[in-house]
Amino acid sequence: MTQVLAVDRLTYAYPDAPAPALDDVTLHVEEGELVVLAGRSGSGKSTLLRLASGLVPHVHGGTVSGTAIVAGMDVRDHGPGELAAVTGSLFQDPETQVVMGTVRNELAFPLENRGESPAAIARGVEEAALALGIAHLLERPTHALSGGEVQRVALAAALVGRPQLVLLDEPTSQLDPVAGDELIGLLRRLNEEWGTTILLAEHRLERCLTAADRVIAMADGRIACDADPQSFLTWAHDAAPALETPGARLLANVGLSPAPVGVKQARSTLRAHGALPPNALLPPNADRAGGAGETILAAPPAKSSSPATGPARHGNRAPALKLRGVWVEPKGHPPILRGVDLSIAPGQRVALMGRNGAGKSTLLRHVAGLASPTRGKIERSGRVALLLQNPNDYLVHERVAEEAPTEALAAVGLSDFADRHPRDLSGGERQRLALAIVLGGEDVEPPAVLCLDEPTRGMDRAHKADLAVLLGRLSATGTALLVATHDPEFAALVADRVVLLADGAPIADGAAADVLAGGWYFATETARILRGAGGALDPDAGAALVRARLASHPTPAEVQRQ
Amino acid sequence: MAPRCSVSPLHAARAAVGCLLCAVLALPALLFDSPLVLGAVCVSAFAIATAAGESRPLLRALLFALPFALVIALLNPLVTRNGLTVIARLGEAPVLGRVDVTLEALVYGCVLGLRALALILCCALYAAVVDPDEVLRLFRRVSFRSALTATLATRMVPVLQRDGRRMADAQRCRPGPPPSRVALVRAVAAGALDRAVDVAAALEVRGYGTARRPPRVRVPWSRHDAAFAAVALALLTLTLAAWLADVAAFDAYPLVHGDWDTGTWTLAGALVLLPLVPFLDRRGVGR
Repeated sequence: MTQVLAVDRLTYAYPDAPAPALDDVTLHVEEGELVVLAGRSGSGKSTLLRLASGLVPHVHGGTVSGTAIVAGMDVRDHGPGELAAVTGSLFQDPETQVVMGTVRNELAFPLENRGESPAAIARGVEEAALALGIAHLLERPTHALSGGEVQRVALAAALVGRPQLVLLDEPTSQLDPVAGDELIGLLRRLNEEWGTTILLAEHRLERCLTAADRVIAMADGRIACDADPQSFLTWAHDAAPALETPGARLLANVGLSPAPVGVKQARSTLRAHGALPPNALLPPNADRAGGAGETILAAPPAKSSSPATGPARHGNRAPALKLRGVWVEPKGHPPILRGVDLSIAPGQRVALMGRNGAGKSTLLRHVAGLASPTRGKIERSGRVALLLQNPNDYLVHERVAEEAPTEALAAVGLSDFADRHPRDLSGGERQRLALAIVLGGEDVEPPAVLCLDEPTRGMDRAHKADLAVLLGRLSATGTALLVATHDPEFAALVADRVVLLADGAPIADGAAADVLAGGWYFATETARILRGAGGALDPDAGAALVRARLASHPTPAEVQRQ
Repeated sequence: MAPRCSVSPLHAARAAVGCLLCAVLALPALLFDSPLVLGAVCVSAFAIATAAGESRPLLRALLFALPFALVIALLNPLVTRNGLTVIARLGEAPVLGRVDVTLEALVYGCVLGLRALALILCCALYAAVVDPDEVLRLFRRVSFRSALTATLATRMVPVLQRDGRRMADAQRCRPGPPPSRVALVRAVAAGALDRAVDVAAALEVRGYGTARRPPRVRVPWSRHDAAFAAVALALLTLTLAAWLADVAAFDAYPLVHGDWDTGTWTLAGALVLLPLVPFLDRRGVGR
């Protein structure tokens, strides 16, 4: 087989960086492989992708030793322009990667740069648009696209030239679960039908491991593991729990093996051990909390699904936020919000979910008072703090200490960073700093409601857990949380109630265990494995259910032995 | 300030014609000192933008340009020694020396300010009605890098506007007193630099660095192409003829003197009215 990417003993450091971003890396990627790059933030995944595209070292500078060959071209001798003939790249923050005025021109640009004929350009644009489901956007101006649309357009521009090697850095970070799954499916198809080699960096591994041939885990700029997905999960359980998928953790917690790469394999393993009876295939909305005998509901419902922690707990208190018949109807455009009624109690933690364009961000902006609804009323019991998607937009000073009061920095765990420049912080730290800014100090009224818009975009699992703990502490002081997110795992971690928006109106509103355990897309991996049984959303709750099932029902093997 | 597709006859015209019209409109602002002609260029830019449904971007440009023009108008009388009619004696100034403000210098300052305003409005009109992607295609055969730099500079305007709006929203979410304007300007500048680096990286990975000469694509001329091209050529001829014939002459020094005769008014009227004629034919154009 031909090697598309061959990296040998490569060490690279960004200019003025104290430590190398890539440290003695050796890896070879064969033609037609779909390789997932795993690792925590700052582990070197993005740098490796930028190396393969030639941006490192040609655009970023720095020092490099060792060799990196992409489709026969040494990246030290060939710049990104030449490597673009064989690679297609999509990096984080796709908004910065769209350079033309319309979607059609954006897709045509790489082909025009290659000097393709007009007919070849037209065909390439059409096919890429159809493959990515953006044919209806072709004549739209790029500045009028939503975040999810921009991501698809940027991906189409990366794929339009049918590159040998596709380099993708968190391509699903701005996509809803439906679009994210579709995208991974599309990548698999490109990989299988066109033989395209794909190198994909992703934090939400549960989304892409089933499509992967191989997983490379990075830590501190080095390759910590290079194995097939199943072996990687076995390795991660002991060496890097933060990289373990919820499904793998669920089975590991109950001592079952092998580590499942996807939902299907996890269910198969559970079924083989008698922990998932065949008739557990409940329809999504079947009774889950009541412990029906045909499912693995012998154990009490998981804590997160208990009504005591859901909306009922907050039912008798005056709401922190109340929306009554809120409509947002921009002139000349269809309504974005359609008669939204929503009430949130003090201290309640609400996750707002829905497809791209469902109206989540608009709802948050109106709740925070950045815009006024066309019709309807929004009542707030106090100040509403809003953390927008991009924390950089909040950072305007030269020192962290100037950005937020001392007590707010302490609350988010940034006291030690007071003298640093805000733009020198990592992504997760910037997010916490922006949170400290909107929370304010003792001299301002504590927020009655804290709204967060996609706070985990590009965050690794460990940082998400840290953020969930921080938000939990805030809600314990009585601040209601309203978190717009595409990430069901984070929603399960942080929310006790989930509101599902579709086309500008809530279509589901209930305890997190009810909403997140009952769907196909807006559901955690644990819930999908267990088909919503017991309302278990996380591996620990799921493991408790499975253990209870195993205790009450002997496995087929045990039955045979008896 | 990004052009919309085919929402007006001017949007529907090819980029070459749009560029030509904007350039021809800017030419009188460079050749003539007459306030009437300069004012006519400003009015014409606004009238064209309004007919094309793009008056708002020009209003925004005007808001940005007015203080700039005012500074030029006020600075000129302080730094120039020309003119015979002294209207104020400001005494000795540390750097400027003796400052006597003359009426002529003040008038010429206003002419310079008006010229800056006219040129900025012509540029804003170009940004609003000409598709930068088409401009890129147009000029890439001649000088790819220059064309790309120019079109991207145009495209960065809406991108930075959007960034600015996002940042303004974020600052509104801050409790307590807002940050100083200096801090905001610094942050916006830093953000713009970050953006520029990101865009440069995106261009590189799309193959910009090794762009090949694209094949020539022949597109038949539409009625809108022909109409606006004819108007642009007529305006160009009229402007050059008027300049050569010393029509609309204006001198600020040593004493203010200008032509306000029929020729000057005809030129100003033509500058305003001629470009509007092609907008009467809206066939093949829809919002």
